[in-house]
Amino acid sequence: MMAQRTKAQQNYQRIAQKHIPKPPIFRNSCNAFLVGGLICVIAQAINNLFLSRGLSPSEAGAFTAITMVFLGALLTALGLYDKLAKIGGAGSAVPITGFANTIVSAAMDFRSEGYVLGMAAQMYKIAGPVITYGVVSAIIAGVVKWILVH
Amino acid sequence: MYLPCCCYRGDLKIDYLLAFVVGGIIVTIGQLIFDLTKLTMGHVMVILVVTGSALTAVGLYEPLVELAGAGAAIPVSNFGYVLTQGVYESLLSKGIGGVWSGVFNLAGGAIAAAIFFGFIFGIICRPKG
Repeated sequence: MMAQRTKAQQNYQRIAQKHIPKPPIFRNSCNAFLVGGLICVIAQAINNLFLSRGLSPSEAGAFTAITMVFLGALLTALGLYDKLAKIGGAGSAVPITGFANTIVSAAMDFRSEGYVLGMAAQMYKIAGPVITYGVVSAIIAGVVKWILVH
Repeated sequence: MYLPCCCYRGDLKIDYLLAFVVGGIIVTIGQLIFDLTKLTMGHVMVILVVTGSALTAVGLYEPLVELAGAGAAIPVSNFGYVLTQGVYESLLSKGIGGVWSGVFNLAGGAIAAAIFFGFIFGIICRPKG
């Protein structure tokens, strides 16, 4: 069959091949790495700032997480986090700022369907599964760790 | 969500480099799962959270947080770590009866903040674009 193709068909094949978009897996990974890494560096800077002001490590960590949640929520409200997400992909979705982003963007999107069954219910569309699987896996993992240590 | 100790060791450049590299690697794993499978970003986040819990059970996540600071404490896998650590610490102090009470002890602040800001911004802001 292959040999029976005409010259024109072969040319067409060659040209078509050139225009099939290569899966941008490498570029996506690089972008995610840069964006995710930078978000972590910003968090590290905030954490170090709290520590230098005399907070204990656990207090500084908790305040850092809450500050990052606030920043993620604010940037989402301003419409900037979605632009970052277009470049960063998982780099912006996986950090805790992305967790805040899923809640805030869903809350804004579903407000038009009401404040109770719209906004308040739908804001957990992605955060809900994360919390559900987090809690279930944590209870199992916590008990396993407790048994392993004892 | 909660950065226990050792994130501040005087040598700031190493801190930032480790946070950048480890944080970058974790999100890149998430990106690869997203690109190479048909799963959504929600699935990716759930997978990372459960992975964080599992690594905590076998004692591997805590050293990662000690090494990389925010690089391990900011990705959502840390959510599994702090939830599991909450359960574990509660079990240590209260025995088996503590299994239900500790889960949000360490992670509660970040969840409360996310819900609170989500509600406030949801009321005052409209979606852009």
